[in-house]
This record gives sequence, C-alpha cells and structure tokens, in this order.
Amino acid sequence: MSFAARTTAVGLGGEGAAGAPSVPHELSELEEKRIIVGYGFWIFLLSDIIMFSSFFAAYAVLVDETAGGPSGRDLFHLDIVAFETAFLLMSSFACGVAIIGARAHRDAMYYGAMAVTALFGAGFLFLEIREFLGMIAAGAGPQRSAFASAFFTLVGCHGVHVTLGLMWLLTMMAQVFAKGYRPDIMRRLLCFALFWHTLDIIWVAIFTVVYLLGVVVV
Amino acid sequence: MSDTDARLHLHDGSDHAPGDEPASGHEIAEGLLGYIVGLFLAALITAVAFFLVGTSLVWRPSIPVALLVLAVAQMGVHLVFFLHITTGPDNYNNVLALAFGVLIVGLIIIGSLWIMANMNHNMMPTDMMHM
Repeated sequence: MSFAARTTAVGLGGEGAAGAPSVPHELSELEEKRIIVGYGFWIFLLSDIIMFSSFFAAYAVLVDETAGGPSGRDLFHLDIVAFETAFLLMSSFACGVAIIGARAHRDAMYYGAMAVTALFGAGFLFLEIREFLGMIAAGAGPQRSAFASAFFTLVGCHGVHVTLGLMWLLTMMAQVFAKGYRPDIMRRLLCFALFWHTLDIIWVAIFTVVYLLGVVVV
Repeated sequence: MSDTDARLHLHDGSDHAPGDEPASGHEIAEGLLGYIVGLFLAALITAVAFFLVGTSLVWRPSIPVALLVLAVAQMGVHLVFFLHITTGPDNYNNVLALAFGVLIVGLIIIGSLWIMANMNHNMMPTDMMHM
C-alpha cells in the first residue's frame, strides 16, 4: 500500500475522517499526486513555523533590552492590533470560502471570496505598515534597541509573508481565469490556502506574545 | 477537461483525498459550516484574550498564563477548522509531521529562554566588572 493511500491531503478535506475508518481504496494518480503535494507543502510550512519560532525566541530573550528607549507598553496600540487581527481572521475565512467555490467550480464564489481575501489582507498590511512608520517616526526604529530590532524582525517577517501571499493570491486568481479549475491549478490553490491559513496561526502567536503580553499589567 | 473530471470521480464516498471533484450543493453547505464554526470560535477566543488584557475581573498574575492558553486553543481551532488537521486514521502522516514541528518549536523557544536566563543569572553585573 502506498504512502498516499494511508493519508488525506491536508487542508481541504476532513470528509475522510468523518465516518468510521474505512478500507483504503486504490487512489487514482491525480488523487495520489494531490495528497503528496499537500503533504510536501505541509512539511515546508512546518519548517517555516520553526524559522518563526527562532525569531520568537530571540524576541522573548530581548524584549526587556530597550537600552533606555521606548518599550512595547509605550509603543503598541491594542485597538489597531484588534483591527489587524480581525482583518486577518476574516481574510483566512474568505480564503476557505474561495476554496469551496473553486471545488464547486462556481466562478462568482471563487473570485468574490478571493477578492475579499485580498482586500482584508491588504487592509492588514496597510495597518501594519502605518504602525511601523509611526514607530520609526517616534524614534523607535529597528536600530533603536535590541528590543526594537527583535520586534521589527519578527513582525516584519510575518508582514513579508503576507505580502508574498497577496502576490500569490493574485497569481492564483489569474491562473484560474486563464486555465480554469485544472487539477494542477487546484493543487497550487491547495498550497496557497494552506499558506494563508498558516500565516493567521503565526499571527495568533504574534498578537498574544508580542502585543497582549507586551502591554498587560500584572 | 471533461475526461479529467471523469478520472477524478471517486470510487466511494468514504475515504478520499479531498479536492478536484466538483462539490455538490450539499457539500458546499457542509464545507461552509465548518469554516463558520471555526470563524466563530476563533473570534470568540480572540475577543476573550483582548478583554482579559484590560479587565480587573480576574486575578491579574493569572492573565499571562491565560493568554498563552487561549493562544494555543485558538491555534488548535485554526488547525482543525481551517487546515483540517484531524485525528482521523487517514491523517496520521499530517499529525506526525505537526507533532515533530511542535517538538522542535518547543525545544528552540524553551531552550533559548532557559539558557539565556541562566547566562544572565551567572553573568557579573556590568557595574561590578571594574571593581
């Protein structure tokens, strides 16, 4: 029995796990390829999470080293962070809706939800860039202290991921428009959805560890 | 296009790779329901976390721990409802890869904090170095 016959593609499914365990059947070549592509991308995402974990570790070690400069408590605005969080969560949700639309070959659902995903993602980026520029203008740029360096590295790295994800999103809209819901395009869409949902998971860690724990008064 | 679709048709409905077969109206509703439940739970947990930061209703030293627990819970919600990582028998490989990733993440973060705290503790304060 092949590897693929024992597993389900990460990301879009859940149907296979709903019922009682069933006898694995022989999968078609395309089904098998889809599972292997999804699994490979899942491994990449986990390695990306491990890279983020080292930035988190650096931030946690350096958070108090402000060199006399402003700390997170002086700099962070939780209302902005709440909006960023809501935008990214709605974006992640819309991405899931877009995948359902693509599986159903419903153009309006797919393109509409992808557009909503892009708008919320862009709104998140706008707020984040505004926050960064505000901090730099207030003299708390990345070179101000070890804390500021660690902050800009961690949160900026997430922002770069969101930027790349937005470009990928637009590419996927164009590819479906040009080539239709072909199996290879659907595999790329699967990988994009996994990427986008994972960015939201990393943001959960960021808004908790950096922002909420940064301003909470014990 | 149509023969590709035909090749993707499934042998039975029970254990299959999710994907390319056009979903029926029933499947769309079912899929949407999962994402809506996930969205609701994630929004609820986020709201509680933001509420806890400003409240004086609970014993304040417990708040950082509570925030971390809520974050882990929300990541779990995202994994289950958005990435569809489940404990089903067809998901062993995905869960095993995730477990290994979590192990490495834990080693990096806890290990770094532990070692750096230890080094800070053992290092002579700078104002004593010239004595």
